[in-house]
Amino acid sequence: MGILFSLLIVVGLAVVALVGASMGHGMQMFFGVIVPYVSLAIFIVAGINKVVKWGRTPVPFQIPTTCGQQKSLPWIKHSPIENPNDTWGVVRRMALEVLLFRSLFRNLKTEINDGKLSYGSEKLLWLAGLAFHVSFFTVVLRHLRFFITPVPAFINITDSLDGFMQVGAPHLLLTGVILVAATAFLLYRRIGMAQIKHISLPADYFPLFLIIGIALSGIVMRYVTKVDIVKVKELTMGLLSFSFTVPSGIGVVFFIHVFLISTLLAYFPFSKLMHLGGVFLSPTRNMPNNSREKRHINPWNDTFGTEVHTYAHYEDAFREKMKDAGLPVEKE
Amino acid sequence: MAKPQTPKPEELVKVDYGTPGKSWIDIPVEFKDGHWCFGSRPEFLEAVGMPNARDWKPDEADWKLPDDWKDTILQGIKERLEKYRSFHIFMDICVRCGACADKCHFYIGSGDPKNMPVLRAELIRSIYRKYFTPGGKVFGKFAGARELTEEVIKEWWYYFYQCTECRRCSVFCPYGIDQAEITMIGRELLNLIGTQTGWIAGPVANCYNKGNHLGLEPHTLSSNMEYLVDDIEEITGIRVEPSWNRKGAEILFVTPSGDLFGDPGTYTAMGYLMLFHELGLDYTWSTYASEGGNFGFFTSMDMAKRLNYKIYAEAKRLGVKWIIGGECGHMWRVLHQYMDTWNGPADFLEEPVSPITGTKFENAKSTKMVHIAEFTADLIKHGKIKLDPSRNDHLNVTFHDSCNTARGMGMFEEPRYIINNVVNNFHEMSEEESREKTFCCGSGSGLNAGENMEIRMRGGMPRANAVKKVRDKHGVNMLANICAIDRATLSALMDYWTPDVGVCGAHELLANALVMTGEKKRTQDLRLEDLPGMEEEANEEGDE
Repeated sequence: MGILFSLLIVVGLAVVALVGASMGHGMQMFFGVIVPYVSLAIFIVAGINKVVKWGRTPVPFQIPTTCGQQKSLPWIKHSPIENPNDTWGVVRRMALEVLLFRSLFRNLKTEINDGKLSYGSEKLLWLAGLAFHVSFFTVVLRHLRFFITPVPAFINITDSLDGFMQVGAPHLLLTGVILVAATAFLLYRRIGMAQIKHISLPADYFPLFLIIGIALSGIVMRYVTKVDIVKVKELTMGLLSFSFTVPSGIGVVFFIHVFLISTLLAYFPFSKLMHLGGVFLSPTRNMPNNSREKRHINPWNDTFGTEVHTYAHYEDAFREKMKDAGLPVEKE
Repeated sequence: MAKPQTPKPEELVKVDYGTPGKSWIDIPVEFKDGHWCFGSRPEFLEAVGMPNARDWKPDEADWKLPDDWKDTILQGIKERLEKYRSFHIFMDICVRCGACADKCHFYIGSGDPKNMPVLRAELIRSIYRKYFTPGGKVFGKFAGARELTEEVIKEWWYYFYQCTECRRCSVFCPYGIDQAEITMIGRELLNLIGTQTGWIAGPVANCYNKGNHLGLEPHTLSSNMEYLVDDIEEITGIRVEPSWNRKGAEILFVTPSGDLFGDPGTYTAMGYLMLFHELGLDYTWSTYASEGGNFGFFTSMDMAKRLNYKIYAEAKRLGVKWIIGGECGHMWRVLHQYMDTWNGPADFLEEPVSPITGTKFENAKSTKMVHIAEFTADLIKHGKIKLDPSRNDHLNVTFHDSCNTARGMGMFEEPRYIINNVVNNFHEMSEEESREKTFCCGSGSGLNAGENMEIRMRGGMPRANAVKKVRDKHGVNMLANICAIDRATLSALMDYWTPDVGVCGAHELLANALVMTGEKKRTQDLRLEDLPGMEEEANEEGDE
């Protein structure tokens, strides 16, 4: 039900944009200018708000998950990345985590046969996850060409690398294909694998359908309906200079594309997609394991209950028994 | 209340990983026999001033929850969202990728989908969404949100006490989401409305009033130790003379009380006594701080801090310079990651320096508490003790990394170094089942009761399975570890799954191999069992 529900919402959004954009200049202004502004504002304000909220929440204890040898005796080989004990180690650990999905790379598949457990390597999720994020990032980077004049060299280089296969005209951009394929695989896991399906919520299907919708509408514009790029750039540059122009004859697919992106932006700060920010703040990964070497301060340590059982209480309760057993006491 | 029967291993191993056809939210919790612990008796909670103490039974419909239980829970969640960045972020960012799902020993052993770490977390996340996020408030079930009901409390209770806070899921999570953290907070919330297990609440009350989980009073502790001292004398001919509550000693030694009471923990305690005697270490035991472990850690941070207080307080009272801690798992998570923050700074102590080797323990210069495996590994490295590993030749040893020293500390090499120097036959379990990927004994975090034996054996199945592999391949017959809970729980686990494998602490193996000054020829190991080979020679000598 969650699957169909999420799919229908995304289809519905596309239809809304399609119908709206066909209704004339006024509605194109709405979908091409007002909605993107509003959604971008929501994305920035709510996204920053969430990160600030997290950031303001204290980290009372030093709780890194250690995945390698601690730094202890000088002759024992320390594992500085898997179990960092200083900031430089943490930076490297975080870089591996954020850029290469280190932890996901550990993934194993547990199987039981004839009462014997075995653990196979399972890198597909890591591969698809990485392919998805890298290609999404590259696609976003490529899109900067619509917002900068003249187009900076690095974007042109990215484009030509992306299209190095030189298939078709315009050249087929690989990241678009990879993005759709990786997203499709991630969706397949949630629909075709029983355990993953069982843990999935509409909130897991919805962003996948949304991103597939964005990617497909983009691909259609580039290779099929061929929107007028010059006019699109006129619009996007207008957005940047607050001149609010919507040139006529851009083509409705563009408005579907922009509306789905706007939805994604506005939805982002309220969803699991905030892992984009959260991954940097996760205390089990971004703290050094040096809690015995350097005292970690909990800002609310004093709010704990202070009632303790002191030695004096203890001796009062057991003094005679202690004396009989020959144990030293403070008060005779 | 009778303890339920545990099915036979050949039945238990048939795990069904199928998933029910409907959403987990629509599946009510079912309390299966052998999967849960008895409720706490009111006097345990009253002893430490915990709220809402009452007589209640988990398998009865009415849990006698306090009238304002719902407000208490919601207020408790709000407070913790504001206090713990970990909890706040872990509520928000899980993408349900499923990488953690088959990493949990309870899921592997039971096949119950709610034992996947992701779903265990969703049990509480669904409530978070409903009451604390706009999406959950507006879209309800479609946003994965649900109402907080008594059924939810029961579900939490059932599943948060089927998690041993082992952190294995957190190793595999791309964002480091740690179910241990969520379970700890979930249990804290349950504690606010007085729903604690007896097996945890009892030791907490004991530890608070008597100094240790087992409730051993001072004279019992010292007389128990006399039995160990007698056994050591029988084995070595040497009478060791430990001291209790001695002011002015250089070092305070703290270990889990289990080591002084039950086999095979007592053999490890004998190992400590023999080693310290041989070194001539100026150290003392304490009856007041006679517990290294901390069952308070399984109820609330507040309680954990109050119990942990005793260690520094006693070190200060006795005027020692620094502290050594014995072999234990969760004890070391607490000492390593929490103690200094709660009860430090220990500025009345000195930075630890081994009086035998002169080594400065730089990594413990703030807490001033050194793990005995660090201390002993340093001794061996410097050649300060004489070892005869052939005395352990009848043993074929593998090593179990305890969850907490592995994933909450990263102590992998120190115990291995010790073991490799004191035994000749050592075989590692496979990489997927050891070190940071080690499997829990299935009974940690206060789940080592009798009435929940089935889930313990299920949760311990992956660990036992790994031991079975090295047993079949290399003839392993001894499972060494550095955890007092392991020594008790792995014994039960081995009895059930692989009956011919024993369980021991690293310092038991060390003391077997330790050549002590002035000792008689060893014919028995620390268990008072004849040493193969040595026995014959002894008889021959006797005949002469």
